[in-house]
Amino acid sequence: MKIAIPTIHYLAILPAILLLASSLGLLFATALMGKKISTQVASFVTVLTGAGVLVVTFLQWSQVANHGASTTIANAIVLDGFSVVSTGIIAIGLILSTFVAHDWSIREKLTGAEFHMLALASTTGAVLMTQANDLIVIFLGLEILSIGLYVLVAFDRHRAKGQEAALKYFLLGGFASALFIYGAALVYGATGTTNLSSISYFLGSNLLLHPGLLYAGGGLLLVGFGFKVAAVPFHLWSPDVYEGAPSPVTGFMASIVKVGAFAALLRVMISALGTQLDTWRPILWAFIALSAVLGASLGLIQRNVKRMLAYSSINHTAFILLGVWAGTARGTGGALFYLMAYVPAVIGSFAVVSVVGGLGDDNHDVSAYSGLGTSAYTGLARRQPLLAGAFVILLLSQLGAPGTTGFYAKFAVLEAAIEQNGPVIALIAIVSAAIAAFFYLRWCLVLFSSEETTTTRVGVPKSTAFVIIFSVVTTLAFGIWPGPLASLAQHAGLLFTP
Amino acid sequence: MHSSIWLSALILVPLLGAIGSMLARKVPGRSYFVAVGTSVVEMALALVVWCTYNNHITGAATYDFASRHVISAPLGLAYDVALDGISLMMVMLTAIVVLLALLGSRERRSEPAFVSWMLVLTSFTMGSFLAHDVMEFFIFFELTLIPCFLIISQWGGKERANAALKFFIYTFVGSAFLFVGILYLGFAHQHQTGSDLTFAYGALSTTTMSHTAAVWLFISFAIAFAVKSPIWPLHTWSPLAYAEAPTAGSIELSALLAKLGSYGLLRFAVALLPMSLATVRPYLMTLAVIGILYGAALACVTPDLKRLVAYSSLGQMGFITLGIMTGSTIATSGAVLMMFSHGIITIGFFLVIDFIQKRRGSILLKDITGLQGPAPVLAALFTVLMMASVGLPGLAGFVGEFLILLGTFGTHAWWGVFASLGVITAALYLLWLYQRVFHGEAVGENAEITDATNHERLVLAPIVLLVVLIGVYPHIALEKITPSVQQIIEHVVPAGVNK
Repeated sequence: MKIAIPTIHYLAILPAILLLASSLGLLFATALMGKKISTQVASFVTVLTGAGVLVVTFLQWSQVANHGASTTIANAIVLDGFSVVSTGIIAIGLILSTFVAHDWSIREKLTGAEFHMLALASTTGAVLMTQANDLIVIFLGLEILSIGLYVLVAFDRHRAKGQEAALKYFLLGGFASALFIYGAALVYGATGTTNLSSISYFLGSNLLLHPGLLYAGGGLLLVGFGFKVAAVPFHLWSPDVYEGAPSPVTGFMASIVKVGAFAALLRVMISALGTQLDTWRPILWAFIALSAVLGASLGLIQRNVKRMLAYSSINHTAFILLGVWAGTARGTGGALFYLMAYVPAVIGSFAVVSVVGGLGDDNHDVSAYSGLGTSAYTGLARRQPLLAGAFVILLLSQLGAPGTTGFYAKFAVLEAAIEQNGPVIALIAIVSAAIAAFFYLRWCLVLFSSEETTTTRVGVPKSTAFVIIFSVVTTLAFGIWPGPLASLAQHAGLLFTP
Repeated sequence: MHSSIWLSALILVPLLGAIGSMLARKVPGRSYFVAVGTSVVEMALALVVWCTYNNHITGAATYDFASRHVISAPLGLAYDVALDGISLMMVMLTAIVVLLALLGSRERRSEPAFVSWMLVLTSFTMGSFLAHDVMEFFIFFELTLIPCFLIISQWGGKERANAALKFFIYTFVGSAFLFVGILYLGFAHQHQTGSDLTFAYGALSTTTMSHTAAVWLFISFAIAFAVKSPIWPLHTWSPLAYAEAPTAGSIELSALLAKLGSYGLLRFAVALLPMSLATVRPYLMTLAVIGILYGAALACVTPDLKRLVAYSSLGQMGFITLGIMTGSTIATSGAVLMMFSHGIITIGFFLVIDFIQKRRGSILLKDITGLQGPAPVLAALFTVLMMASVGLPGLAGFVGEFLILLGTFGTHAWWGVFASLGVITAALYLLWLYQRVFHGEAVGENAEITDATNHERLVLAPIVLLVVLIGVYPHIALEKITPSVQQIIEHVVPAGVNK
């Protein structure tokens, strides 16, 4: 029997190849050299790979602009503006996270290349998810993404919390993957294919008399995605994992998982199941309303910064889901824009959290704002005005204050939702943002507090400082002039091929 | 048509001044000097605009200095400024407020940061008043929150953190409704015309919509503006914020930012959604009248001076809302004039309170008595302000109130009757206040306070002059205001609204 090898368009899969090659290269090098690769070298290789991926995305972009979107490897991988832009965001997320993790691993004496291999592997998974045009490929991406992260969460072996978080993440994540693959099987049963374009074609040209199987399959896929993006009611793992994981890992996880999972979710919902819009919209509606309200209100009672940021990210999930809910090119563009704004803001925030957390990464208590004492954050603005100022800007961006990209991000998805006649869900989301504003601002007040603290200045290593500056500059620059990002996101949303 | 450069300068100059103040922070006092210099330049710019404003430009209604630049077509964002008679009054008020607030109440704690935030706030406020694009207005409107939050939370009194959070959250929730409303309106316009998404004021004002949609939109707009103004019952953040903010912050909040609420109500809610007016008018007018009476009642019993001005403002803003909602040209012009005069009078009130606090260390009514003896000039200046606020003919407060009541009686007599009671109660609590603070015998610390210094007299003098000028010769302002108000009313009335 002869196996036909499908044609491969290498430019399309070059980012994934680069990332995986770099990961494996580090792995083999560590194994063969007989001694530890220094963190400097590993970080350099990782950043270089990320930069290489960015360059490739430019080539891909011009390819897409000149020749249109295309699919390859038996239609399982797609190359379109949407995948290119998402890949670019992921690459930036990887570079920024590596910088933060570099300083952190030196501080925590966790030197070596292990972090970098795992991060590169996870990134490969995320990139695959943005390009997947087949449920199986999405599943592969999801698993590659997750397995690296399970290890990374427990990476700091000195912290018991990390082990606990990793186990919880692993169990729930494995559960979610199982549900996802079962959903994929049911969808295959209903439509006879796992290819997204073929599913769309099948559903467009056939009327399902008994859509129960499809609905069950689609529902399970949604549950799987719901776990990954931490949408309520599948969010329970996220506060524990955010708290337990080392801060740079949390930032990395929060950013690239969101990009990968949302890219795949958008493709599945809009490409494959676009014809079933009226069926899945109410489900997403419920997800959005719950995530928005619970994310914001549970965030209010958190005493730990990282848990608070976890709930804040649940609130952000609701906003990005709003773009999915719209189910239009504007919605896709809006969700992409949101991710562009979110990735630097969240990595920058966790970079600050990482340096303020200090050795052991444990000073994350902000009970100060309920009058219960002081924390490492109390009065930071008096000791280190620049660090605190940068942090306030990043928090304001997450809050959605105008003048930052966060505002236009919310703007873009709300526009998409209201265009699709969803003022009620838009209103729920934005009022939840106002509730969330309360904990961001309370935290800002802790930073500005004039109370005397014994805490000394925290050192901000160079590469972490670079990440913070980069995040703040992009947040402000595109917050004042969102034009370029907005048109990029819009183009990517338009090129998105069903 | 004049060049829009003047308006852009009004927005940019304070921002540059803020940067300059921060750069000058090393030398003590220099930041303050830069900030005052900036606000003098701002005042000069505002005067240039005042003198050159031309309200007869073909095809531009009463708008002058207009220009529009698209920032992001997919998002429908644009930088679009223009100025009409109503904005003109607000621009003047903004320039006056920042200058007098800086001169009158110098904040010595981390001064460079303080004056920079004051200037940033001025820039954003200018932007809101000059915006000719609804979304641009919203963005500036939201932007004002950040400097305000910082000013209250960093330089305020004991309860400052609480006050700042309450202020921010109330306004932020209110503007959430406004935001969704504006987006909805933009898409309604897009669906109607099939054009690109735009939030240009002129384009949106031609949108026609169903009565129900208009009413819902009006409610969503009104919530935001009612929080800002404040209109009863959404005012509860204001006494705390006014009392806890540093004096300059209280001045900005009540003299200026509150006007953003009534300005927005007139310019956006009323003018863009005329279909809704017949339905919502009685409700909003009733809330305004309740605010007038409720504010007056609480002003009678409140224990400290700043809160008293806060409640008195609630009553005055009730008058303004009433005037805007009547839909008559007279009352609306009166409301715009009163926005200006209330602003001026409030600056004066807060400055006098600040002067008293500096001398006496307290603004509790029970602590202060008989100041007239040791400080006759201060008492005299306060008397003028008080009389203006009460509505004594010949002073600024009278003209606005009179025009509002005149217009209200013409169209909605019963609301006029109850609102007039507010005039009497205002006289009651203000005269009673005067009696308690200035009359009687000064004993203890009260006897030892000094009279207004020359600096303080100089700061209060322009306020008193303006109060008298507008009271005696209101035409100087009304000739700018009335054509623009006429324009709005003419646009609103044919849309099936009873006069």
